[in-house]
Amino acid sequence: MEEALTLHRLHFAFTVTFHYLFPQLTMGLALLILVLKTLALRTGNEHYNRAVRFWARVFGINFALGVVTGIPMEFQFGTNWAQFSRAAGGVIGQTLAMEGVFSFFLESSFLGLLLFGEKKLGPRGHWFASQMVFLGSWASGYLIVVTDAWMQHPVGYTLGPHGEILLSSFWGLLLNPWGLWQYAHTMAGSVITASFVMAAIGAYYLLCGEHLGYGRTFVCVGVLAGLVASVAQIFPTGDSQGQLVMEYQPATLAAMEGLFETKPGAPLVILGQPDVVNRKLDNPLEVPDALSMLTYRRWKAEVRGLDQFPRADWPDGIPVVYYSYHVMVGLGTIFIAILALAGFALWRGTLYRSRALLWTLLLSCPLPYIANTAGWITAETGRQPWLIYGLMRTPAGISPRVSSGNTWFTLIGFMGLYLVLGILFLLLVGREIAHGPEPETQG
Amino acid sequence: METIWFCLISVMIAIYVVLDGFDLGAGIIHLSVARTDAERRAVLASISPVWDGNEVWLLAAGGTLYFAFPALYAAGFSGFYLPLMIVLWLLILRGCAIEFRNHMESPVWAPFWDVVFCGASALLAVFFGAALGNVVRGVPLDASGWFFEPLWTNFRLGADAGILDWYTVLVGVAAYFALTLHGALWVALRTEGIVRERARRVMRWSWWGAGIFTLLVTWATFSIQPQVPHNFVEHPWGAVFPLLALGGLAGVMALARRENSDFGAFLASCAYLVGMLTSVVFGVYPYVLPACTDAAYSLTIYNAAAGGYGLRVGIVWWVIGIALATGYFLYLYRHAAGRIKTASRDSQ
Repeated sequence: MEEALTLHRLHFAFTVTFHYLFPQLTMGLALLILVLKTLALRTGNEHYNRAVRFWARVFGINFALGVVTGIPMEFQFGTNWAQFSRAAGGVIGQTLAMEGVFSFFLESSFLGLLLFGEKKLGPRGHWFASQMVFLGSWASGYLIVVTDAWMQHPVGYTLGPHGEILLSSFWGLLLNPWGLWQYAHTMAGSVITASFVMAAIGAYYLLCGEHLGYGRTFVCVGVLAGLVASVAQIFPTGDSQGQLVMEYQPATLAAMEGLFETKPGAPLVILGQPDVVNRKLDNPLEVPDALSMLTYRRWKAEVRGLDQFPRADWPDGIPVVYYSYHVMVGLGTIFIAILALAGFALWRGTLYRSRALLWTLLLSCPLPYIANTAGWITAETGRQPWLIYGLMRTPAGISPRVSSGNTWFTLIGFMGLYLVLGILFLLLVGREIAHGPEPETQG
Repeated sequence: METIWFCLISVMIAIYVVLDGFDLGAGIIHLSVARTDAERRAVLASISPVWDGNEVWLLAAGGTLYFAFPALYAAGFSGFYLPLMIVLWLLILRGCAIEFRNHMESPVWAPFWDVVFCGASALLAVFFGAALGNVVRGVPLDASGWFFEPLWTNFRLGADAGILDWYTVLVGVAAYFALTLHGALWVALRTEGIVRERARRVMRWSWWGAGIFTLLVTWATFSIQPQVPHNFVEHPWGAVFPLLALGGLAGVMALARRENSDFGAFLASCAYLVGMLTSVVFGVYPYVLPACTDAAYSLTIYNAAAGGYGLRVGIVWWVIGIALATGYFLYLYRHAAGRIKTASRDSQ
């Protein structure tokens, strides 16, 4: 039982983590492509159209991998989490089905037109296609986040006579306050990833001394969009998300902050290693009273620590929650610092010549992927020991008849297959970057 | 309300089979009808703008099944654990093959993906057929409403049957021939020259395969699932569905003999597939997953459905969403219409 549970969790965690490497780029990139396409339409400058064609190719590879790794996510609700699906499918199935009906049809129909239909559609039609792809991918993000938000903070349901969970308010489910902030936070994270990737490739071209015009455009768009998104990531979206966690999942907040004892004037931990057995934090480096200020807006407010909650209600992986949260926040802060410096240099007109800043942008490329992944790990391991917060515990949700041997088999299978997909992805994207956009002189 | 959702999901699955059926079929015949790189590019070009959208019908039908009949989704997906995972792997490999084949010019790159595309398409056709066979034959559900089936046991029917037994394999082979035929008609419709000629040749032998196996499967189905003869005797009007299938199959042969009725032949094949599927659906109603252990454990549209409010509210957005999707599809298919030239190697 214990082994089966661990395997089912690992199975979902592995496949969803790998999957989200792709949509986090495509959702943000859909917005940046729309920006570039709008610039092309406004200025009539063919430079931006060629830039769009380059990024649409990168988008296409990411999108294909997002699609093929996304299908297993929907299936796994049934294959690995059957008891959860039987109880809650009537509620979360709504938003999952809506994602298919409203977003995937839109995206799949218009992506082909964005990639291959430029000549036939003309500039306005092509701009419209890029808008539809953006709309489809962002709607898809919303419907998935609102599904997760229901598991974090269930609303709009009643319990039936046999314990089944029945939908009672469609709009309650769709406009879950948790979902609205979580969506804003997730999408800002996605824009950060796309911005850093765009800026990094631009910086790479500038450092190599090739495709210089594109290099400048990519760095400029990436830095500006990234700056706006990374500020929004901390305030208001991150802050509001934190307020919701404090209100509805106080044990999770304590685990995230490594706060074992309830105290007034709780410190904000910058560094330190949680010792769950002895219920203390080793080698703490903290800002006194800051956590109280951030949560209750008062320096001496009392913040509830893990000691306030029964051991059975603690998230089962306190160090995972604590570290993933700190990695996310730490990187988020670093993003603002890097992009503020780059933005300042851009304003002064020195960015394209500053090798130090360009190198920093280039090497920062993987960081937003780590930050976004860490954020999701915080949310999902922080939700433990609940599958649906306060309603269903995680062990109660797994498929009762699937043996560990079968789960091992498919987990190993997915690991092998995804290793191949990862290599394939790096190979294909590497080729696109090496090939670069069409030379400026053409067309 | 449950019956309405049963019909809507059946319609979605039928659309999926007709649409993704032709691109799966194109995959099955890919290696045999297209020999050179240019010919293979032509076959791929006939499906590449639409295959992803076609596959979305599977996802949308799955999602709709999930929220309308959660108990069915949960029991069925966990009970068919292994074959579903294998289907996922095949879908992943096939998607990569279609999307990435033309990304690199290399004597080893493209042929590798061609084989993956063909093999995955063929196995998917068989697996989808076998899945349908399982739903008709019934599964070993117990009083708790769960079951688990291994991939195969002794290939016989009975309480300890596996996913694959002689009956489900028979349905799988029938599906293979039916989709081969469907794919061949699509390729014949969308290409010209030697590729079209070869596709028409495939069409002829796969038509016989589909016809013979349709008869075998029909005979077997009537003898192993008592609900099917029961429904057709109680409601004789249901005979329109098998008649549609037979008419479609006859129409394929009649139209495909002519030189310029490719579109009509393809439509006849669509009618055949829809007729087969609706016959099955009509035959098992109101079961959605019959039990081969004790009929009382069967999942029906009533004991597997979600709450009434969710089903009612779902109708509203479903109609809006599907109307929009139909609009995109009409636009997309009009946009992508016409025969594909084989010669040029210019497109990247």
